[in-house]
Amino acid sequence: MEIPYTVTARPDTGLWNAKIGIWLFLASEVMLFGGLFSAYIFLRLDAEPGYWPHGLLNVPVGTFNTAILIASSVTVVLAWAALKMRQFARYKIYMGITILCGVIFLVVKLGYEWPQKYVHFGAYIKSSALEKYEPLLGNKHLLAEGLPPRVEITGHLHNHEALHDPKIKEYEIALDPVYTDPTNPKMDRPHFLYVPPTEKIGVVQKADVERATMFLPTHNTYFATYFTITGLHGLHVLAGVLVFTYFWLPVGSKLYRENPEHLANRVEVAGLFWHFVDLVWIFVFPLFYLL
Amino acid sequence: MNNPPDISPAQHETEQYAHDVSKHVRGYLIVGGTLIFCTALTVFLSYVNFGSQKANVSVAMLLAAFKAGLVAYIFMHLSAEKKLIYRVLLFTGIFVFALFWLTYLAWYDPISH
Amino acid sequence: MDASSSVSTQHHHDAHSPAHGSGAAGDHHELPFWRKYIISTDHKVIGIQYGISGLIFLFFGFCLMMLMRWQLAFPGQRLPIVGKMIENVLGPGAMANGVMTPEFYNSLGAMHGTIMIFLGIVPVAFAAFGNFVVPLQIGAPDMTFPKINMASYQAFFVGGLIMLLSFFVPGGAAKGGWTSYTPLSDIADKGPTYHLIFNGQTLWLIAFILLITSSLLGAVNFIATIIQLRAKGMTWMRLPFFVWAQFVTAFLLLLAFPPLESAIVMQLMDRVAGTSFFLPSGLVVNGAAVSISGGGSPLLWQHLFWFLGHPEVYVLILPGMGIVAEILANNTRKPLWGYKSLVLSVLVLGFLSFIVWAHHMWLTGMGTAVSAFFQTTTMIISIPSVIILSAFFISLWGGSIRFTVPMLFATAFLPMFGIGGLTGIPLAFNTADLYLHDTYYVIAHFHYIVAPGTIFALFGGIYYWFPKATGRKMSDFWGKVHFWPSLICMNAIFLPMFLQGMLGMHRRWYDGGQGWNLAAEKVWGLSGFHWNTPISIAAWVMGLAQIPFIINFFWSIRHGEKVDDNPWEATTLEWTAPSPPPHGNFVAAPVVYRGPYEYSLPGRAKDYTMQTEPVQPNERKAPEPTMSLGH
Repeated sequence: MEIPYTVTARPDTGLWNAKIGIWLFLASEVMLFGGLFSAYIFLRLDAEPGYWPHGLLNVPVGTFNTAILIASSVTVVLAWAALKMRQFARYKIYMGITILCGVIFLVVKLGYEWPQKYVHFGAYIKSSALEKYEPLLGNKHLLAEGLPPRVEITGHLHNHEALHDPKIKEYEIALDPVYTDPTNPKMDRPHFLYVPPTEKIGVVQKADVERATMFLPTHNTYFATYFTITGLHGLHVLAGVLVFTYFWLPVGSKLYRENPEHLANRVEVAGLFWHFVDLVWIFVFPLFYLL
Repeated sequence: MNNPPDISPAQHETEQYAHDVSKHVRGYLIVGGTLIFCTALTVFLSYVNFGSQKANVSVAMLLAAFKAGLVAYIFMHLSAEKKLIYRVLLFTGIFVFALFWLTYLAWYDPISH
Repeated sequence: MDASSSVSTQHHHDAHSPAHGSGAAGDHHELPFWRKYIISTDHKVIGIQYGISGLIFLFFGFCLMMLMRWQLAFPGQRLPIVGKMIENVLGPGAMANGVMTPEFYNSLGAMHGTIMIFLGIVPVAFAAFGNFVVPLQIGAPDMTFPKINMASYQAFFVGGLIMLLSFFVPGGAAKGGWTSYTPLSDIADKGPTYHLIFNGQTLWLIAFILLITSSLLGAVNFIATIIQLRAKGMTWMRLPFFVWAQFVTAFLLLLAFPPLESAIVMQLMDRVAGTSFFLPSGLVVNGAAVSISGGGSPLLWQHLFWFLGHPEVYVLILPGMGIVAEILANNTRKPLWGYKSLVLSVLVLGFLSFIVWAHHMWLTGMGTAVSAFFQTTTMIISIPSVIILSAFFISLWGGSIRFTVPMLFATAFLPMFGIGGLTGIPLAFNTADLYLHDTYYVIAHFHYIVAPGTIFALFGGIYYWFPKATGRKMSDFWGKVHFWPSLICMNAIFLPMFLQGMLGMHRRWYDGGQGWNLAAEKVWGLSGFHWNTPISIAAWVMGLAQIPFIINFFWSIRHGEKVDDNPWEATTLEWTAPSPPPHGNFVAAPVVYRGPYEYSLPGRAKDYTMQTEPVQPNERKAPEPTMSLGH
């Protein structure tokens, strides 16, 4: 006996096997990302005032990546429709664009956004020393506005050797714009455009610092969550790109000649996965970049 | 929006069938455009002060839910899916909600807050 | 299944069927050994692979416990012979001069739990029986995704291997308990003497990711198979109860495991990338502040862990209930009582098991609102469990019971599971749990459910389906020699533990309560510490009692009594296939005409009517699954 319903639907359920398979898989994926997002909620609710940072990510780049992912979601559904209409040349084009979009997304993420974070520096000031750095932090102004305090000074680290050399007693930081003019109301909330650190150097005594690292997962729970969720999401994008490439190569053409409906089904299933990856990003983007 | 039928019923109906799918193609493009527009809107609204952080989060999450709904409903063909898949997703939805709500509830304690 | 495909299959078979009997009419083209048994995509081979590896892990996990029982009975004394052997293999970090070190004791405890649950019972109960029996019972040729099925076993195998190898890395295997609570497990096995990746706890996490992947692939496959590949006429209400139990179990694995996977990824990040998901601010270890960002929550780990952990309890018990249902109906020679309520109960049980998890966390200081919620749901979930158990008991009533070896195990399951379930009720109330939490009472409670409960059901299942897998029966006599000592020892081990727990003995004491005994005996005149010795002896005797089973199992594969395709005179579809079933299972696609348990139909020559027998026009209606006690 052969396994039935691999291509055609079972009459009483109306589904072919892979369709039910992928939806079950996606259900478990919902729970996987659900676990991570509930960790996000839990940790964010638990964070002390000022310890969940805002505006540290590059919003235009994030918006661009969102648009790229949405575009690829459109092209993959078009590729499937082309297969359904038995237009193989069109399918190849749309699928090619989808793969390209996926690759662009990954390159922007791993080649630009993440490395940009690795060179950014932040020093959490001890609560006893916050007063001392008031000229850089402007917390009295924030208090008057009813906004959470600033507890961290960020920018580019000028004296890198300070990270490892215990003899150096201070960090010299090329300050991010907000610390050059902390009481300006325009600086109260993050801006859309990313502005690199200024020329102005702020000196922070190591003795006053609670914790200072580059923007790595170790820096705070915000970056820990950011790197974990976007990393896992990136792995999903990579998996999608690999599957699409497999169907785009001669393997796909061969299957198309044998049974075009089977290829259409497989592309539909892979497409469902891809849409889900897009759907996750739709939540990741505002949660990490905007809020 | 309905799905095209899964299998072209017969050779002579292929033309009609292809026509049906091509109608959907325009719909997919419109949805894609809407999604990009909504993304821009989300970014814009996040810089508008709605009075409190909670309000801003709510606005952004509502928009995200709308976008996710469009993706699921149109691109993932949930507008015309089989009952069985709705059932699976219904239970998944309940459990993921339980996970969110109950971890939140565990954080909230009427005695200490 | 359309007519043409079944006809062509039949034709195919006739053309190629070898001369030597229907039993071996398996593979049309002779596959080489490694394709047939090592990387096979056939659900039966995968089921047997899972079964044998799972049984080996079960015995291994039991051996770990037998070692611990020495330390509990004779704390600080040299372990004869075995102690020296372990010291030679694992070094003085595990056994110093033949005396178990506390670290090794902790490793044994953590690995006993992990191996028994995730490498022993789940693979045997869900993956082995599910793979072997479910497609046969629903009349399917194989699982829907045979290659994914194979990948599932391979992921499991590698995961299990990593788990075992973790004993040999510097510092030994994970020590944080099977629950791996943070922050302890986050900071354990760290420091200059440990490798960043190759240390017990990190390997535990990596192995877990593979095990979760394996059960995810399995769960998708099971659900899709049960939905898509039921034979013609096999409606939902004609499914054997075992299939229902596996169906719900698969959903539990599918939806409950991923949150734990996310938690494991986060703990892996904590350990490898230095994040603080589960580490609170201001954490001090060994008198020094830890260099971490803090801001994490240990409670978060517990939530995500128990979000799996509680459904996992039902993953352990539901397949066992399914097996017991099959054996009961077959050996009482009457329909299972209350089939509809059983199905409904198992569905409700599955659903509710997702919203009771925090009853494991009464002592964490989480919110009072959430405690009230979980206490209520925990009370509610006992209702469907009691319905299932009651239905099983009532099924016995008025039956002409055949006390075969599978039936002995199935009947023993009922009171044992009953004790385990009822003693859980005090733990569900958070006031009572404040006292009983983390005592031997808890150990006794859940072991009554999984050890003489599930494991007995598994033994019953092995004896029951062995003839289907091999065409031969296991020896009855040695089966009984296996059963009676096991039953007696199980109770000798776990019954005293209830009392030990109520006297206040803590479950994780390295010295078995020797130190505490000094105080407790002065106050109450009784501590339960001295009961450790008889308990340990019972445990070792039970180890010996498994030897008849092991010998019986392997001996019977080649030399057992030869039996026909339906030796138990059962009604379900798997008994219509040849024993052992060939690749593709059935000679012709089966068609189902009736319910799963039509035993002792009135006006019939034989006392069982198979699901494939067409309904006669003048047939008296089969007794429908009844909701009342009336006979």
